Amino acid sequence: MSGVRVLVGTRKGAFILTADGARQDWKVEGPLFGGWEMYHLKGSPADPNRIYASQSTSWFGQLVQRSDDGGATWQPVGNEFAYEGDPGTHQWYDGTPHPWEFARVWHIEPSPSDPDLVYAGVEDAALFRSADGGTTWQEVAGLRAQDTVHQWQPGAGGLCLHTIIIDPTDEERIRIAISAAGVFGTDDAGKTWRPMNRGLQSEGIPDPEAEVGHCVHHMAMHPSRPATLFMQKHWDIMRSDDAGETWREVSGNLPTDFGFVIDVDANDPETIFVVPIKSDSEHYPPEGKLRVYRSRSGGEEWEPLTKGLPQSNCYVNVLRDAMAVDAMDPCGVYFGTTGGAVYVSPDGGDSWSSIVQDLPAVLSVEVQTLP
Amino acid sequence: MIRVVLPAHLRMLARIQGEVEVDVDGTPTPRSVLDAVEAQYPMLRGTIREHGTLRRRAYVRFFACNEDLSHDSPDEPLPEKVVRGEEPFMVVGAMSGG
Repeated sequence: MSGVRVLVGTRKGAFILTADGARQDWKVEGPLFGGWEMYHLKGSPADPNRIYASQSTSWFGQLVQRSDDGGATWQPVGNEFAYEGDPGTHQWYDGTPHPWEFARVWHIEPSPSDPDLVYAGVEDAALFRSADGGTTWQEVAGLRAQDTVHQWQPGAGGLCLHTIIIDPTDEERIRIAISAAGVFGTDDAGKTWRPMNRGLQSEGIPDPEAEVGHCVHHMAMHPSRPATLFMQKHWDIMRSDDAGETWREVSGNLPTDFGFVIDVDANDPETIFVVPIKSDSEHYPPEGKLRVYRSRSGGEEWEPLTKGLPQSNCYVNVLRDAMAVDAMDPCGVYFGTTGGAVYVSPDGGDSWSSIVQDLPAVLSVEVQTLP
Repeated sequence: MIRVVLPAHLRMLARIQGEVEVDVDGTPTPRSVLDAVEAQYPMLRGTIREHGTLRRRAYVRFFACNEDLSHDSPDEPLPEKVVRGEEPFMVVGAMSGG
């Protein structure tokens, strides 16, 4: 492994941070696409030179950029995201039917094996697929063909499909998450879908155990154990060991189980990381102390990781796609804050330092481990 | 020759320095001028007008000769000074926060 490339999306452009395997000395490039909201950038696991980026503004809409040379140059590819057939309606905040309207791409997920195959999770919630490197996009229409679709309603950030997890051992098995609808799964490459929220409990909806309506914030999977999924819900850390069929809470001794990010150590599928946030109305760390919590037991028992992180007067948030892990040993853990800092731990969370500070608010962090 | 001024975000996207110049057949209108701009710079499709409907995006404005043409029909002829190339047709990001 020669090094790492960290892809950072912010409210006003993208940044690329690179380092060798020691992950101590960093080169910062950017802003790329200055002034645009960069919701997400992600590289192809099959070809690290292939990177996709979601670029948007309220003024000029959505673009998708693609690099074929590791981020040195970019070209805009397809940006037409048309819902299949009659777009239909979902519930609006006041309970009335609201027409489905495309707003932006929240998350881009390249196939584990094919650089030209890529999925996009969008607002209003839908899944799109491109088999030609992002040139054209087609809705994976089976997701919204479910009976539950009229019950989906937007979370505070909109009705967004923000998490896409592809089983690397069976790419027809995909799990996605929508705020605020919950988890949905397909085992046949997107032809048919079903809700997968059994075991979730959400106090903010009329039936806390409803089939849909849960505000899932993020999910993570270790590629060696694709049947085990971890979830940061609006409140609660959850775990599934049957590919999302059932979930159980593993919040354990966390100071608060509200938060947005969750990720799994590349070298140990039972080691997971979260950043607890005080509450649904106070989107900052408890006590003004920025702490990553690590569980080495797959949940329940958590330890705070504070070395190198601000432990006073810190009131930033860490948004749902703003944590990533590399594939080095020891595992590197990365996260970005709404205060514009990107932190790295090259030793599995034991110690931290900021790679860069004072960027625009960080929306997403992904990392590529380079051969 | 119609001169078109694009906002900075779109100049950056299309890698344009300064104004764009386009030729259109027949009477120049916002629609025909934007069709020509998009033909010359395909990456701008969907950024000024919505895909499919070709409606002006909500936070985009069209100005020319100190007039706001945004709410006129896209098939309305452009002012003579724009047609003669004395004044540009301006695509503007609406003045709002961000």
